[in-house]
Amino acid sequence: MYELIAFYLFSALIIGLFLVTVMSKNILYAMTSLAAGMVLISGFFFTLGADFLGVVQLIVYVGAIMALYSFAMMFFDATKDIKEKNTSSALVFLLGGMSALVLVLIFVGLNQANLAHPDAITALYPMTEGVGNAQDVGMVLFTKYLVPFEVAAVMLLVAMIAGIILAGKKMDDSLTEDLGADEEIMIVKDKK
Amino acid sequence: MIGLSHYLIVSAIIFSIGLVGVLRRRNLLMLFFATEVMLNAVNIAFAAISHYYNDLTGQMFAFFIIAIAASEVAVGLGILIVLYKKHGSLDLDDLASMRG
Repeated sequence: MYELIAFYLFSALIIGLFLVTVMSKNILYAMTSLAAGMVLISGFFFTLGADFLGVVQLIVYVGAIMALYSFAMMFFDATKDIKEKNTSSALVFLLGGMSALVLVLIFVGLNQANLAHPDAITALYPMTEGVGNAQDVGMVLFTKYLVPFEVAAVMLLVAMIAGIILAGKKMDDSLTEDLGADEEIMIVKDKK
Repeated sequence: MIGLSHYLIVSAIIFSIGLVGVLRRRNLLMLFFATEVMLNAVNIAFAAISHYYNDLTGQMFAFFIIAIAASEVAVGLGILIVLYKKHGSLDLDDLASMRG
C-alpha cells in the first residue's frame, strides 16, 4: 500500500519537476527543479531497496553536481531569462511522444514475454539474504567490478584535472585569446 | 501492486522528457540539464531491474553511470566557461561558426 502511494507520488512529482526543467526559460528554476527531481529519484531507489545507490545519488548528484552547476552560475548571467529560438516545437513534441510510446510498448511487451517464461532470466550476482545492501554492493564492487572501479577512479581524476585546467587557469584574463596578439596591440599603442 | 513494468514505463517517460529537452533547447547549459534527466531515467530503470530480478549488476551499472555523469559535468562546465569567456553567450546558434 505504502509502496503504491510512494510510487505514484514520486513518479508524478518527478515527471512534473523534470518538465519544468526542460521547459523553463529561467536557469535558476530549471536547476532547482532538477535538484528536487533528483532527490525524489533517490526516494525511488530507497523504495526499491537500493539504499547505497540512493545515498550515492543524494551525495553525488544533489550534492556535488548541483553544487558544481550553481558554482558555474557565477560565470553566466543566471538571473535573466534565456532567449532562444526553439526548433519547431510541434515536431519535437511529436518525436518525443512517439519515442515515449514506442518505449512503453516495448516494456509492456517485455513484461508479457516475461510472464510467459518467468525463469528465462537468472541473476548474475544475486543478492545475499540477511546482508545489508551496502555490504552486498561492496562485496560485488570490490571483487567482480574491481578493474572498472579503478578505471572509473582514474577517469574522475582526469576529469578533475581537465576541469581545473579549463576553468581555473588564469581566471583574470582570457584563456583562449592569443597572448602574442595582445602584445602586438600593446606595441602598436605604444608607438602611437 | 507495483511491478517492474511500472518503473520501466516511468523511466521511459522521463527519458522522453530529456529527449524532448535535448531536441528543442538551444542553450548549452539547458542541454546539459536535459542530459542529466536522461541519465537519471536510465538509473531508475537499472535500479528497478536490479530489485525485481534480485540481481546486483543493475546497481553496479548505475554507480558507473553516476561516475560518468560526474566527470562529464566537470569537463563540460569547464568547456562552457571557456566558451562563455570567448563568445559571451551559450546559445548554440551564436556558436555555429562552421556554417558553409
